[in-house]
Amino acid sequence: MGLGLYPLGVAFGVLLVQSGFAWWWAPVFSSLIYAGSLEFLAIGLLLAVTPLASVAVTTFLVNFRHVFYGLSFPLHRVRGRAAKAYSVYTLTDEAYALAAARPHLTGRRIVAIQAFCQAYWVLGGVTGALLGAALPGTVRGLDFALTALFAVLAVDGWRATRDVPGPILALLSALAALLVAKGQLLVVALGLYVAALTVRYLLRGRRA
Amino acid sequence: MPEWRYVLAGLLVMFTVTVLLRAAPFVLLGRVRESGLLRFLAATMPAGVMVILTVYTLRDVPLAGAGPAAAGLAATLGLHLWRRSALLSIIAGTAVYMLALHLS
Repeated sequence: MGLGLYPLGVAFGVLLVQSGFAWWWAPVFSSLIYAGSLEFLAIGLLLAVTPLASVAVTTFLVNFRHVFYGLSFPLHRVRGRAAKAYSVYTLTDEAYALAAARPHLTGRRIVAIQAFCQAYWVLGGVTGALLGAALPGTVRGLDFALTALFAVLAVDGWRATRDVPGPILALLSALAALLVAKGQLLVVALGLYVAALTVRYLLRGRRA
Repeated sequence: MPEWRYVLAGLLVMFTVTVLLRAAPFVLLGRVRESGLLRFLAATMPAGVMVILTVYTLRDVPLAGAGPAAAGLAATLGLHLWRRSALLSIIAGTAVYMLALHLS
């Protein structure tokens, strides 16, 4: 499962260099932002010199799901402050899925798995960046890989819950934001979506 | 190309917010667990956030020239619903898009 991080890292590295960043930004990006979808998003956000407040709000909403991983992640088995801090920092979707599903894993094994996953991710990014730098000029249309990645993650997210109104509300929020606030699409759309979900939750509570 | 100081600051903001989110449940354990709204949001948000990110990446596609993007998206979604292989769906979807872009 962690091996899947390598090709994704390669794709990230290629996109980063093709967007105009120097290759050595790849390890900086993938060490500081160890969260797949956000890291891809970061290329466009930073290239457009998005205000840092918008960057913070976008990060918060895109990675909000992480708030719940901690509840069932066996951090109590990890010994030592530094190891615990590292384990929290690298608590990605993959790390959560690997550790939460295997109750027999020792703390040492959990941290080792997290370190391996991160190594795959960072090395993939560097490989991709060097590959991208070696390509002659820019490859037209390669940036669609990002669209395809998000579409794939949307399908996977939907498969986990089978919730139909959620993605539809999200699509409506995105289209509304596209029409009225294209420059701030991401923050406006995510805000509208969270508001719509909150209203939906309150309505549901009243009926129950 | 933006200034390196801005890029680094942006990366540090993303790092900080992400780590705070990951650490939050260990600090506020009970309160997070008991909140029905937070539970509901965490369960329903991921799929929708990805839908919004998909639209975001396509924001600059003109309606008149949407053919290649539509073809690429259809190929990606169709393949992923059918074969469930993320890597295959992304590579094939991007290839279809690049081909359609070349032909149009």
